[in-house]
Amino acid sequence: MELYEYTIHEIAEKLEKQEVTSYDLVKSYFDRIKEKDGVVKAYVSLMEEEALAKAKDIDERRKKGEKLGKYAGVPIGIKDNMNVKGTKTTCSSKMLENYESPYDATVIEKLKAEDMIFLGKLNMDEFAMGSSTEHSYFFPTHNPWDLSRVPGGSSGGSAAAVAADLAPAALGSDTGGSIRQPASLCGIIGLKPTYGLVSRYGLVAFASSLDQIGPLTKDVTDSAIILNLISGHDEKDSTSSRREKIDYTKSLVNDVKGMKIGLPKEFLAEGVSPEVKDAILEVAEKYRELGAEVEECSLDVGKYSLATYYIIACAEASSNLGRFDGIRYGYRTEKFENLKDIYKNSRSEGFGPEVKRRIILGTYVLSSGYYDAYYKKAQKVRTIIKNEYDKLFEKYDLILTPTSPITAFKMGEKSNNPLEMYMADICTVPVNIAGLPGMNVPCKLDSNGLPIGFLLIGNSFEEEKIFRAAYTYEQNTNFRDNKPTFKGGEN
Amino acid sequence: MAKEDYEVIIGLEVHCELSTKTKIFCSCPTDFGGDPNTHCCPVCMALPGALPVLNEKVVEYAVKAGLATNCEITKVSKNDRKNYFYPDLPKSYQISQFDLPLCHDGHVNVELENGEEKEIRIERIHIEEDAGKLNHDEYERGSFVDLNRACVPLIEIVSKPDMRSAEEAEDYMRKLKSIFEYIEVSDCKMQEGSLRADVNVSVRKKGTEKLGTRTEMKNMSSFRSIVRAIKYEASRQIEVIEDGGTISQETLRWDDISGKTFSMRDKEDAQDYRYFPDPDLAPIILSDEYIDNIRKNLPELPESRKKRYLADYDLSMKAANIVTSSKYYSNMFEEAIKVCDNPKSVSNWIMSDIARILNEKDEEPDSIPFTGEDLGELVKLIDDGKISSAIAKKVLEEMFENPEKPGKIVEKNGWVQISDEGAIKEVVSKILDSNPQSIIDFKAGKDKALGFLVGQAMKETKGKANPQLLNKLFKEEIDKR
Amino acid sequence: MAISKDEIIHIAKLACLNLTEEEIEKYAQDMTDILEFAEIVNNLNTDEIKETVGINGEYNVFRKDEVKPSLPREELLKNAPSQDEGMFRIPKVIQ
Repeated sequence: MELYEYTIHEIAEKLEKQEVTSYDLVKSYFDRIKEKDGVVKAYVSLMEEEALAKAKDIDERRKKGEKLGKYAGVPIGIKDNMNVKGTKTTCSSKMLENYESPYDATVIEKLKAEDMIFLGKLNMDEFAMGSSTEHSYFFPTHNPWDLSRVPGGSSGGSAAAVAADLAPAALGSDTGGSIRQPASLCGIIGLKPTYGLVSRYGLVAFASSLDQIGPLTKDVTDSAIILNLISGHDEKDSTSSRREKIDYTKSLVNDVKGMKIGLPKEFLAEGVSPEVKDAILEVAEKYRELGAEVEECSLDVGKYSLATYYIIACAEASSNLGRFDGIRYGYRTEKFENLKDIYKNSRSEGFGPEVKRRIILGTYVLSSGYYDAYYKKAQKVRTIIKNEYDKLFEKYDLILTPTSPITAFKMGEKSNNPLEMYMADICTVPVNIAGLPGMNVPCKLDSNGLPIGFLLIGNSFEEEKIFRAAYTYEQNTNFRDNKPTFKGGEN
Repeated sequence: MAKEDYEVIIGLEVHCELSTKTKIFCSCPTDFGGDPNTHCCPVCMALPGALPVLNEKVVEYAVKAGLATNCEITKVSKNDRKNYFYPDLPKSYQISQFDLPLCHDGHVNVELENGEEKEIRIERIHIEEDAGKLNHDEYERGSFVDLNRACVPLIEIVSKPDMRSAEEAEDYMRKLKSIFEYIEVSDCKMQEGSLRADVNVSVRKKGTEKLGTRTEMKNMSSFRSIVRAIKYEASRQIEVIEDGGTISQETLRWDDISGKTFSMRDKEDAQDYRYFPDPDLAPIILSDEYIDNIRKNLPELPESRKKRYLADYDLSMKAANIVTSSKYYSNMFEEAIKVCDNPKSVSNWIMSDIARILNEKDEEPDSIPFTGEDLGELVKLIDDGKISSAIAKKVLEEMFENPEKPGKIVEKNGWVQISDEGAIKEVVSKILDSNPQSIIDFKAGKDKALGFLVGQAMKETKGKANPQLLNKLFKEEIDKR
Repeated sequence: MAISKDEIIHIAKLACLNLTEEEIEKYAQDMTDILEFAEIVNNLNTDEIKETVGINGEYNVFRKDEVKPSLPREELLKNAPSQDEGMFRIPKVIQ
């Protein structure tokens, strides 16, 4: 087995026993990146020099017997919408192509405190707006299972990198499915934590009331480990929860006996591909076998959620992206004579079409005369959706749905029709609307050899139940025996 | 129709900078001045990914201001985003409050010239962040953005259109200034922009109910220009209407130099601020306990001090009004009477000479360079017969120019009153010798003659002679002649 | 409800975006489709429902009024497209 194939918990053990050096490990990733990222295109920037220097330093400290963090010297990749001091944070946008951040996001501070090593910044849909990573200003990322297909999005770079062994784990952000959907399309574990569990400070905002940072990993154990590292109250984020910190690795228990899982029929109806539907039913069956109670239930929020999501997310985005005005940082047009030109031309030239579309939609729904009909109404519908989930969680520990109604689609197939594109998020979006945690767990390959994943949704701040159920499934199945084939590269 | 047939309707939106140590949403200092962009961080510079966290003192100060102006406090409120593009607004939205201001439905009373009190209603008080500053270059074609002031906490106090003259508007704003100084939520330094107002003016024919179309003059930061601007704008509107024209609702800029208002924004750019609740900030929920606690700890307000001065020190209404019009006056008064036990005299000095000197200098009471103790000492010097009132006036001038203890100033300048009978007798004899006519006049019952003689003696002694003694000795000497 | 091109032009102005004739047309169509879909929310009865404010129940999240160091100016200005004497430079704004 190659070094780059290990999980984080395996690496940490080897480092601690000094069976491998951090330097060799980090080097193996950069070698792998050189070999494979030419076709996958997961990274937008690499931090090779700093990473290798830091690895060397940690190896030396370890040799000297210095007390190090448990995950010191373990590498990780970062989605390019999180600020890392002194490096570029582009959000895969022309607007921030040359933007170098002067501060660290809270999650980055936490990983630095642990002495983890950053491999580089990962590609995404521009400002996290998209479900395919085709909306990156730089280049699209390819799905390692079939290079002619998308890896999902917006954290497509993060998902593809972990799937292709270009990073042992990565951080992503999820506003409407941007961690879980690419994790599903790339066959890895992707967790969107409860809103407020992980600090958003330093995450470039898309939709403030929906955004949440989470880990993309090879297995459930790594997911718990990373969540342990990045979660917790942050006084710099007013929406960060003040609950006590939890050790999620304690939930890695191979046992689901007595757990109650709801299977909402609406999420297996029209629009879900038959292969995905069958796979989910198999998962349900597996859970029954393992001792959980799985029961069909009803959760009719899909379409409302999607409409609510696009109103709220675009409204917030239209305001959040106002700061990109070509004055203090970011792209400034060359064509200007006055201030208005700077604003209009910088923004028009600096933002891509999908971003502009959402700014227009968001501006529209907030504008005079439409606010009540759209934004205010959507915030009310949001309450209804939350209530629907609350009702289900009175009865069930977890809810099981597909993560994506379809497996990885061909590049260019959907990018022209925004509505069709948005439908790809129908399973994941309601979870953000209600602020709940959700995890994608890969379960099988479809007839094209593409991963199918299921989504476990928990009640607010009940990630532990998700970890337990996901871990149990993982321990009793063998999806990880499948490896991406990198086929379809000729396209 | 004549100007007198119209009524002027004025409403004020007063912006007051709170005197917290740090900004409203980040921990940068609020100190005035400093090199450009040195009081800034990712939050107030609106770097991508930075998030606001509300300063608890801002909420406390705003509630204090609300309680001191008789407002209701909103139990559940929130912060909203007001979206518009301008280079002094780094996020391209201002965090303010839209439909749930922290305080609402209050009032303050102002004293009119005729001695009556008038209630000016306050619609709301909300918290918000200040914008940065644009510096303009005379020579180059450019403007320069300094964000030190961005994110400094403000309260905006919106009045009802209850004022009917420029003087009332000034009185109202002075009243707010005074209250905020008393409760120490703001230093209200107008020259530093800590207190400024957007002034709304409209006119209507007397006896009609319907309000006329109003114009707004933004960012007025001196009492003098507010008064001038209101007067100018009211006359302008009346003239337009008298000429058969109509007033259009617009934002105007007052130009202090030409003394005129100018149209500021082009009308096609009608603003649509797209207010919505800021998702980065949590709701503000205030308990009765929290509000009562602030109420209990409010310092004594001018109204109450006034009542006390009238009752305890027998001041005139006018004196009590002026002395309590500013925290600085009032505190000075209270410090002074601890030293000299002559409240009437102290209040007279504040009302007349101190107020006059400040007025001449175009300064506010907060810039008085000496303490109440010093004033008390000055009054005591007079009461003890050490100096005359005439000398005291000179001492006061000196206390403004080269602040020192009054006793020191008297000593340095050799202004000690002559109270030596022998010395004064000499002067009296000398004056009487050279003014025989006055002796005759006085004996004939013309009391004025004595005043003239005392004046001459004062002149002779450069004001240093003890006036009581002079009076006494003149009478005695005249009787002898 | 169809969104007109004029409305898109007005909205683009508010959002400080310049749109080409083509973009205006495309966004007008996209917006019509998306908002037609969004009409779904209008079919729900929400008379008795409160809107969501603060998704996770947190309230009164305050900071102490304590000064912390600001960021060095050169760090804050290093990404500025144009600067002079420690300030961001923009074309002259006439007031």
